[in-house]
Amino acid sequence: MGGTKLNSNQAELAQLARREHFTFFGLTLPYLVLVGAMIIAPIGWLFFLSFIGRDGSFSIENYERMINSKAYIRIFLTTFKISILTTFFCALLGYPLAYFMSQISRKWANICMIGVLIPFWTSLLVRTYAWLVLLQKKGLVNTIAVDLGLLSEPIKFVHNTSGTLIGMVHIMLPFLILPLYANMRAIDPHCVKAASSLGATSIRAFWTVFFPLSMPGLLAGLLIVFVLCLGFYVTPAVLGGGKVIMAAMKISSNIELYFSWGAASALGVVLLAVTMLILFIASKLVSLDQFGQRS
Amino acid sequence: MKSFCMVKKVAVAAFLLGFASFSTASFADETLRIVSWGGAYQKGQSVGIFQPAAEAMGITVKEDTYGGISDVKLMVKSGADKFDIFSSGAGGCASGGAEGILEKLDYSVIDVSNHLPGMYSDYCAGADIFSVVAAWNTETYGDNGPRSWADFFDVEKFPGTRAMRAKVDSQLEAALLADGVAKEDIYKVLDSEEGIDRALDKIRSIKPHIAVWWTSGAQHAQLMKDGEVDMTTGWNGRFDVAKLDGAKVAYDWKTGIMDWEGYGIPKGVKNKDLAMKYIAEMMKPEYMAEFAKYITYGPTNKLVYELNLMEEARARQMPSHPDNAKHQMTLRTDWYAKWRTIAAEKYTEMMTE
Repeated sequence: MGGTKLNSNQAELAQLARREHFTFFGLTLPYLVLVGAMIIAPIGWLFFLSFIGRDGSFSIENYERMINSKAYIRIFLTTFKISILTTFFCALLGYPLAYFMSQISRKWANICMIGVLIPFWTSLLVRTYAWLVLLQKKGLVNTIAVDLGLLSEPIKFVHNTSGTLIGMVHIMLPFLILPLYANMRAIDPHCVKAASSLGATSIRAFWTVFFPLSMPGLLAGLLIVFVLCLGFYVTPAVLGGGKVIMAAMKISSNIELYFSWGAASALGVVLLAVTMLILFIASKLVSLDQFGQRS
Repeated sequence: MKSFCMVKKVAVAAFLLGFASFSTASFADETLRIVSWGGAYQKGQSVGIFQPAAEAMGITVKEDTYGGISDVKLMVKSGADKFDIFSSGAGGCASGGAEGILEKLDYSVIDVSNHLPGMYSDYCAGADIFSVVAAWNTETYGDNGPRSWADFFDVEKFPGTRAMRAKVDSQLEAALLADGVAKEDIYKVLDSEEGIDRALDKIRSIKPHIAVWWTSGAQHAQLMKDGEVDMTTGWNGRFDVAKLDGAKVAYDWKTGIMDWEGYGIPKGVKNKDLAMKYIAEMMKPEYMAEFAKYITYGPTNKLVYELNLMEEARARQMPSHPDNAKHQMTLRTDWYAKWRTIAAEKYTEMMTE
């Protein structure tokens, strides 16, 4: 008797669970439709267009061109090099800052946060040109340094890779700090204290307890920064002085040059594919789930 | 009380103005829309050409800016109807014409009998002439700057940083002139991949000295004004404007590569006939003379010089003034129609090496 009752209860629960699944699925349906219409369909269209040649017929000329001209490979290498370096320097600068902000009182942390957010709210173009004004040969920084005798001749800060990196790191930093800081704030300070009470030095407590717990925020920040960097256009165009040509810039010039969407979208498809490959390899190397469970 | 009267006056004026514009609009529903490049250039066009020509014809002309021939292509291909006439470089028109997105201009309506030779084409009615020149910083070199392309490419005689264009346009011609090719033979040499490579190798030879690859006229003017580079290729009018603005810059017409800008009509516009008549009106010398007061881009209509519509001193600053033009070579758009994509890809390859 008791067994049957338990079974019928179980069946009822299972039915409820199923119903709940359907309800949730129903609720996510509009979102799925939106993603399908706004993201999947355009990317599919992009993919399709990349196989259309200049004369409007099916062709792989857009991909052939990328193999035949060394410029395309170099442009992709530059794109990934700049994106990786920007992400690296963002982490180098952003991690200590986010850590510092998570250790001080909320009041002071909020004041620091304003410092992070004000540049974030300023137009990207304005910030990019501001760097140009500051760092060019006869810009503020060089002029002052030369006048004070710190430099014998002006340093070439801009119109090269370093200028591009300075501008991009500055623009991307908030994207790393925001998720990282939120993550660090959520870490229970008692965990670090517990480690210390068990005899760990403060450095050991940080590396074995705090740092692993902050990994999800750090990885989220790194991912956002890296992916956003891949599509950068304005900052490398202005601060790179033509020495730094990234994929987005070539996409734009290909539309002008070939008058065809295919010549541009093939670049987009390759960029997307390589990015997905890199992220796949990265996810194999560093398992996000592992850290997710620990926190 | 006084301010109230003021408000009332303004209100009445606004009402009357609104009424006036309404009534003219209803009488002359002939409106044309023209697009150009904005900045100092379009300001000169607007004040010197677009609006006076519209007034003379009794029509309304609305102006906007655009991003070049690819915008025309997008408009025509998507069936949108945004403008009737666009201002474009000869090369842009030539490639648009080859793509079949432009209306053929009717030269029985548009009078080009007084145009300088070659300054009009099937799809582009030439309106002004500009030159690509080698400009130098007079603080670095004084009066003895690079007065020829050979000087520009000679890093021993003229040590210093250079800037060149990030696009291939008129850079290969400069390189070949520096390499000793006569200006008459430039396009003969460039008419093969070997010739293009020869020009690119010349640029490669000074690549370590090229500090910036510029992408816009505003940028190369700024580079000279800020002293970021010691010499650059660029458009003469921009340097003249920068000079008025205090830039220490000079150039020699012997480096000039003349190119021209004109008007074209996108395929399938409803106001095609009116647009044709309007372009015909804009070709008159008095408008070109007026435009040249604002920026040093010379008239394509030689009547401007023959009728002395421009002050002598101003006329001497124009690329197309006979004394300046005789030193220069003229850019050929048919070469660009044939070789642009190949040359552009090779140029990018050279830049990224």
